[in-house]
Amino acid sequence: MQTPYLPNTDADRQAMLKAIGVGTVDELFQDVPRQYLNVPFRLPSPLSELELKRELQQRAGRNASADKYACFLGAGFYHHFIPGVVGHIVGRSEFYTAYTPYQAEASQGTLQAIYEYQSMVCQLTGMEVSNAGLYDGSTATAEAALMACRITQKDKVAVLPSVSPKYVKVVQTYLGGRGFPLVKIAPDQSLPADCACLIVQQPNFFGYFEDLSALVRKAHDAGARLVAIADPVSLGLFRPPGEYGADIVVAEGQALGNPVSFGGPGLGIFACRKDYVRQMPGRIVGKTVDAEGNPGYVLTLSTREQHIRRERATSNITTNEALVALAATVYLAAMGKRGLRQVAELCYHKAHYAAKAISRLKGYLLASDKPFFKEFSVRCPAPPAAINKALYRQKIIGGLDISDTIEHGMLLCITEMNTKEEIDRLVGVLGEF
Amino acid sequence: MNPTEYKYTKDHEWLCPEPGGNARIGITDYAQSQLGDVVYLDLPAPGKQIEQSRKMGEIESVKAVSDLFAPASGKVIEINQNVINDPSLVNKDPYGEGWLVKIRLTKPAELDALMTSDDYDRLLGQGEK
Amino acid sequence: MRRHYLLPDISQPGKMGGTLPAIDVPYTELPGELLRADLALPEVSEVELVRYFLNLSQLNFGVDLGFYPLGSCTMKYSPKWHEDIARLAGFSSVHPYQPVESVQGILQLMHELQEYLAEITGMNAASLVPMAGAQGELANVLMIKAYHQSRRENRIRILVPDTAHGSNPATAAMCGYEVATVPSDQNGNVDFEVLDAMMDDKVAALTLTMPTTLGLFDPQIEAIDRLVHARGALLCGDGANLNSLLGKVKFGDLGFDCVQLNLHKTFSTPHGGGGPGSGPVGVKSVLTDFLPTPCVTRKAKKYVFATPPRSIGNLGVGYGNVGAIIKAYAYIRSLGAEGLREVSEDAVLSANYLKEKLKPDYHLPYDRPCMHEVVLSGKWQKAKGVKAFDIAKRLLDFGFHPPTIYFPLVVEEALMIEPTETESKATLDEFIEALKAIAREAEENPEILHSAPHTTPVRRLDEATAARKPDLGWHQKD
Repeated sequence: MQTPYLPNTDADRQAMLKAIGVGTVDELFQDVPRQYLNVPFRLPSPLSELELKRELQQRAGRNASADKYACFLGAGFYHHFIPGVVGHIVGRSEFYTAYTPYQAEASQGTLQAIYEYQSMVCQLTGMEVSNAGLYDGSTATAEAALMACRITQKDKVAVLPSVSPKYVKVVQTYLGGRGFPLVKIAPDQSLPADCACLIVQQPNFFGYFEDLSALVRKAHDAGARLVAIADPVSLGLFRPPGEYGADIVVAEGQALGNPVSFGGPGLGIFACRKDYVRQMPGRIVGKTVDAEGNPGYVLTLSTREQHIRRERATSNITTNEALVALAATVYLAAMGKRGLRQVAELCYHKAHYAAKAISRLKGYLLASDKPFFKEFSVRCPAPPAAINKALYRQKIIGGLDISDTIEHGMLLCITEMNTKEEIDRLVGVLGEF
Repeated sequence: MNPTEYKYTKDHEWLCPEPGGNARIGITDYAQSQLGDVVYLDLPAPGKQIEQSRKMGEIESVKAVSDLFAPASGKVIEINQNVINDPSLVNKDPYGEGWLVKIRLTKPAELDALMTSDDYDRLLGQGEK
Repeated sequence: MRRHYLLPDISQPGKMGGTLPAIDVPYTELPGELLRADLALPEVSEVELVRYFLNLSQLNFGVDLGFYPLGSCTMKYSPKWHEDIARLAGFSSVHPYQPVESVQGILQLMHELQEYLAEITGMNAASLVPMAGAQGELANVLMIKAYHQSRRENRIRILVPDTAHGSNPATAAMCGYEVATVPSDQNGNVDFEVLDAMMDDKVAALTLTMPTTLGLFDPQIEAIDRLVHARGALLCGDGANLNSLLGKVKFGDLGFDCVQLNLHKTFSTPHGGGGPGSGPVGVKSVLTDFLPTPCVTRKAKKYVFATPPRSIGNLGVGYGNVGAIIKAYAYIRSLGAEGLREVSEDAVLSANYLKEKLKPDYHLPYDRPCMHEVVLSGKWQKAKGVKAFDIAKRLLDFGFHPPTIYFPLVVEEALMIEPTETESKATLDEFIEALKAIAREAEENPEILHSAPHTTPVRRLDEATAARKPDLGWHQKD
């Protein structure tokens, strides 16, 4: 069966077999136990590009995507505007068919772009060094916790209850591998002295701003590090955790120039103080010069990583999310300081408009009067599941059901993608309960 | 080649006894050539007690990391700040300017167990790994 | 002469690369004390932005430009139309926490891919959750740990061959296991006698890449399977080299209890310059209860999420790298069983062809049929003062990306070459000629190798200074 992806013809194959000195390709599989070779594989018959494309378009059409439905879901993944230029640059196959830039002389495009990424992440988060990115915000948080344990030589990790419960589950999985305990501490509780770090989220999972100064003090007073999970778009407007004294800042970078894509791929933004750089996981790009004195870029500080340090590595991570980081870099470059601030302001004002309108509805109560950015939590007069069903019938995807934490609670997210008309329609349906 | 007045270990470190019961420690020329360009050193801080044959620190090149083992037991009295600032000294002058730590020996008899430069030359000649 | 510059060099206040609508709702006062004073990001126009990144892209070498024979990376061609499909709004613009009724199309695709991957690997179930191969390995080791804990067995060690990829011991350590290394014998296989002696009741598992990172299929696999299971341990597969077995051999038949796959290697999803990847795992029924959560199941005629009864938990907050999942799905549906078999047959054929043609010029440590990759040694050239590093850099001058070098660690001056099935014989012949020419240069003109590369956008880079005095961003103040 000839396919477009197999450039050799039978004549080529015969020539190669002859050069090797065997009659059939199965002779090359001589070390495989005979009974396990060429067993049947039950898979659907192959389809041509035309047929398969039609089928996949149909399948895609059966999903309620944000171009057809107004979406008010956030909770870690966000619909933000992606300028068309991002897709075109990330769609260059010089970028996307390259491998990890181990051979630096053939990868200066990827390496220089990562250097820009690292620089912009540091500006955004107010931190001194950044890596090239990890898998996503949740695993970045887990890796930050493990890093804090290495730095402090302690093994207990503390987290506020206002941190995303989904993130906490992932941190639990990673800490569980090492047998390290995870403890929830209340905001007014002091931190036990055996904690390596305190994990906080800013704004928190429910949408509200924490008192980051107080939290940094609480952590440092107990000899622990402060790990802050940030919203990268909020950093276009709000003071970054670095300026409050956070030790490690992580974030989900999907919001910067990448589609929601049903939850993956994401991008684990990871930045920390420069004193900790040798404990930081993931790849790092550094600037240097070549043999003729010209500027160039290389992967550096590689002795932290698995291919050299093996079981003593900072992490097992190899492949990360380089193309997603490239999209984030192009997005940040396209938006610039003004554009990112504008995006953040649009989110802020629209979210507050929505919150005010909802708070005026009978039976609805805003869960907090603390400042918020683009998400907020509402106590509804009916179960959110029922409300979301009604919304879906009106081609609206409602907020996240958080009734396990707040009675009849819903977490709503408004971004620059939601028009006033959509928000008014949302409020209209909510008003029917 | 390898200084005859120094003592050696099978882990390619050297020890040079100094007056007053002290000793200087470093890695051999063979070790630095195997490592390649040294980029970072993790040395035991002054005041720390080190024990013969136990790990006392790490030395990193661009593509490798190696444990440093103490050739003898003692208390660290000085680390070579020059190599911290310029790790290439370890490659350029491993027996001189590239020394790593100075210790006060706590068990001087241990030095008898170390190799002479002839022993070490023989070890290298034996086709090391 | 190329001019080097960074974004701050072309940034000027007031430039903009994107447009946004005006605010269409009433203003709300901003909380002044929470606002940042400034954000020092570059400001550029779209024109300058595009030129900057397009020029950067020209400095890269990718599979779409030429041969990229990195061993164990499977740099095969990525079909272009898959990119368009992944970008359809119905796949890219859906939120993971939407009601399942609203995403049946994508859930069906994921469910079917779970089944295809289980079938391809000969396993009972598969999970698409891990976001890269290393995370797939983590899932495997966490499941193995949960398995032994459920049987109240205190097993503290994972065995790993000396040829293993560094991620294997790193993963074991992340799960709190000790790591012990099993040596290879003189044929490049696991030293069975030593393995037997090491395989005691404290061993949780043996992690085996199959074929090994030497590109060799270990013919002792049945005996290894019996030994590992007889001692109460599990056999954990590293499926990085699946490209040699696709459509021909099943990991499950060989005795493996679990295996992680790399969609960005075997299943043609693009490497992206270092990701996104995707590392699904396949498991036998002994481990299905422990799979990471969630998995996609069918209930009546609906696709829903389910949590395996004794799941190791969440490895992320989504369901895996859906972008890659869609592309891998399209790949499998385009090829079918027959097409997948041709992939592995052509991959193995090409690697053996390279082996035959190059063994007169480079030392071949194991002269036996290889699988999808061949490991040569540069030790003859080392005797002339030319290292694998120099050979790699010189290949760039010939227009080829170098193979993997210095891995696996058991081969001196290792050159690990994986052609993949998507290279024509003509390309292979050019590559052979280039390596033969380099071998001649090593004899006659080694200096040209020491100073290579000569024709790339930059010459050999100073990695020592980069590590000694790290410059990790233009924001850096020192």
